[in-house]
Amino acid sequence: MSIAEDKILRTEELTLNMGPQHPSTHGVYRAILVLDGEYVQNMENVIGYLHRGMEKLAEARTYPQFLPYTDRLDYAAAMLNELGYVQAVEKLMGVELPERAEFIRIIMAELQRIASHLVMIGSFALDLGGFTPWMYCFRDREKILDLFEMVAGARMTPAYMRVGGVMEDLNQEFIPELKKFIDSMPASFEEYDNIVTGNEIFIARTKGVGVLTAEKALAYGVTGPNLRAAGVDYDLRKVTPYGIYEKFDFDIPVFYNGDSFDRFVIRIEEMKQSLRILEQAIENLPGGPIQAKIPKVIRPPKGEIYHQIEGSKGLLGYFIASDGSNKPYRIHIHGPSFVNLGALPEMCTGLMVQDVVTTIASIDFILGEVDR
Amino acid sequence: MDKTISLDEIITLLTEKYEGYLVKVEDSLDAAIRVKDHLFFQVAKELKDEHGLDFLTDLTAIDLEEGNYRGIYHLMSWKPYRLLRIEVDVSGEEPWLPSITELWPAADVQEREAFDMFGIIYDGHPNLTRILLSEDFEGHPLRKNYITKSRRK
Amino acid sequence: MENFFVNISGALRNWFTGMGLSTMAVESIMTLIFLVTIIVFVLVNVIYLVYLERKLSAYIQQRLGPNRVGPRGLFQTVLDVLKLLGKEDVIPNAADKWVFIVASLLVMVPAIMAFAIVPFGLGMIAVDLNIGIFYFIAVSSTGVIAFLMAGWGSNNKYSLFGSMRSVAQMVSYELPIVFSLLGIIMMTGSLKISDIMAAQKTIWFVVLQPIAFLIYFIASTAELNRQPFDLPEGEQELIAGPLTEYSGMRYALFFLAEYTNMIAVSAIAATLFLGGPQGPWLPSWLWFMIKVYVMIGAYMWIRWTFPRIRIDHLMAFNWKFLVPLSLANVLLTGIGLEVYKWLQTIRW
Repeated sequence: MSIAEDKILRTEELTLNMGPQHPSTHGVYRAILVLDGEYVQNMENVIGYLHRGMEKLAEARTYPQFLPYTDRLDYAAAMLNELGYVQAVEKLMGVELPERAEFIRIIMAELQRIASHLVMIGSFALDLGGFTPWMYCFRDREKILDLFEMVAGARMTPAYMRVGGVMEDLNQEFIPELKKFIDSMPASFEEYDNIVTGNEIFIARTKGVGVLTAEKALAYGVTGPNLRAAGVDYDLRKVTPYGIYEKFDFDIPVFYNGDSFDRFVIRIEEMKQSLRILEQAIENLPGGPIQAKIPKVIRPPKGEIYHQIEGSKGLLGYFIASDGSNKPYRIHIHGPSFVNLGALPEMCTGLMVQDVVTTIASIDFILGEVDR
Repeated sequence: MDKTISLDEIITLLTEKYEGYLVKVEDSLDAAIRVKDHLFFQVAKELKDEHGLDFLTDLTAIDLEEGNYRGIYHLMSWKPYRLLRIEVDVSGEEPWLPSITELWPAADVQEREAFDMFGIIYDGHPNLTRILLSEDFEGHPLRKNYITKSRRK
Repeated sequence: MENFFVNISGALRNWFTGMGLSTMAVESIMTLIFLVTIIVFVLVNVIYLVYLERKLSAYIQQRLGPNRVGPRGLFQTVLDVLKLLGKEDVIPNAADKWVFIVASLLVMVPAIMAFAIVPFGLGMIAVDLNIGIFYFIAVSSTGVIAFLMAGWGSNNKYSLFGSMRSVAQMVSYELPIVFSLLGIIMMTGSLKISDIMAAQKTIWFVVLQPIAFLIYFIASTAELNRQPFDLPEGEQELIAGPLTEYSGMRYALFFLAEYTNMIAVSAIAATLFLGGPQGPWLPSWLWFMIKVYVMIGAYMWIRWTFPRIRIDHLMAFNWKFLVPLSLANVLLTGIGLEVYKWLQTIRW
């Protein structure tokens, strides 16, 4: 008996590097996992590989010049970043927008939210080994990118919004194409249900994986669909409507398990709600100017503002400090993915390596926002 | 914990309680208060526990030049929606602020970023290391005296 | 038409005997010719299969797939192989050289050996062993060694992970395969391939043993390391598992081996469950090809539809579901055979 006790089998802990180059860490992100067999004992995030010094750059650019930079923060949801920025500057300057501009902005923002969620859903299925749903999601996203190209000339980095309005009015083909897109989506949702959400293997791999409880989520500052999947129904568009969101009738989907499956399904539901908003926006789109009357050189009065919007990944906040000149004194961008990532080590302890991949994919972070 | 009192009432309460150490920021578009660094942790705790501003939505800093820095904190309650900014002035070559990771784990990564960019030491932070820049980077880029050299020839 | 290949081999045999060689020498030469023919046949099919997989996956995913090289992209694989041949052969410094190199060669061997007992048509079995099926099972089990060597020899944590998963998976899923084939063997009473073919003249075994067919299909997908069981090469998690460090032709060998295995497994399924090279009107070897490609099409369809299964689900599924089910199938087959015999006696 004593001999067996002496020779206890010693298993070593393996430190595995999910390096910055990895097919399933969404971007240049590195995770250091300490494994005991297949189970994660400890996890550490290493970020900063995409740090471009945007906040420092902002201090040397004029306010309009900084707008294209905001596109490149969360590059899967460019229009939403722009929306946050221009609304913050407009708040500082006290500018009121014409109605048509507000409606067009909402259309672009919700279209962009759908595109961003499609990327998440496709990549999530891809990380689990389903190549086909990824292709289907990107096929649908192509239609949205075509719409953006129609108005702004660029697909992923449109630089379409301006302080005081938008760049150009919608052309004649936009609304009919948008209507076609809205009509085609229910069939796609059914496809996703059949091929992904209803699939036994998929359900087995995502239910109960990477659970984030409501209290932990709130303590870690997690916002967006990740928070609503944990059972907390906070959505900034309902709590304090910015823009003209109060004129729209839509619901906030909430799920209660806080696992990867819920974080997946909630994004599909949010897309459906965004389609509702789009339909209402098309119906009620007024005529009129698309740009408010603002001075040629944008020189906000001295002061500070913090403006946040409900981005596709969570609360996107802009803190702008102006010293009265045409260049900002300080711009701080609060990226939701940066904060969401902070909760990741907590969620991954005790999971298997495959589950870590699932959890990372379900958080839906974009490195542009994390590193700025 | 009372979530029904408005921001103005909170500010009045606090300015009276911490007379001389906490002031309301005038001419500000957002509701904002400025507090001394040695009382900041206490005020933050009070706002969280007693007045219902229990969500930390942003944590950053700003360089006011000549060695003065200001920590900027945004506390929020969702329902009803109230957003309050807290400003804390510090100064020196290695400015010092108390860490609030104990109250909000969300502050962990954001304080590391502020340390990385400004060099503010957050006392009580579990792992205050650079987060966005590499470990051997020298200097704190968002300080106004950090001049980025153009490499254009 | 039907006896085209049989006639050719007969003619060759006569030619060699006519040259005055002893029967043993003639037999050896004929076996050699069979070997070369099989290898060529298999390689040509594999090259076509790589193309077929890409086209099939493309159409399922609503895109076109390769369509530039040659008519409808048919020469794509040929050019890919040429490209791979031209790549630098990178062997990591810290790798165990011998193990690393031999693993890539070893992976093809069991795959090709399995074709010795495959009936390409009536009278077209290379070696009609009287332990046919047993030989097939034995040979296909040795494929695991190559994966283990690949993972170990790469000296890379990801590869080791992948190869350990691979060994666990392949060894575990052997059992359901064997037990599902056991039902067939019980019904035929012989391990010989030609006997099994003869027993299916009136009715295919897939009708009599549907559960065994399903079990075989699922378990063989796991043996082949194809989705939904492709954990060893879990692209999104382990890059390419045991194959991470391989480049150029060695990498290609692993893939060719996978497709060769797929053809072998499909051929066995077609022979044991779908009646083999028998059918009306068309020559037997054409029937064989059709049935094999039907099975291959099914494997590919499943691959591009399902996500990947997790390692603990994989093991649980095997030991708690497939193995008991296949044992139950054997039991039912045994009972069924006894009942059948008893029915035969009372009818007289």
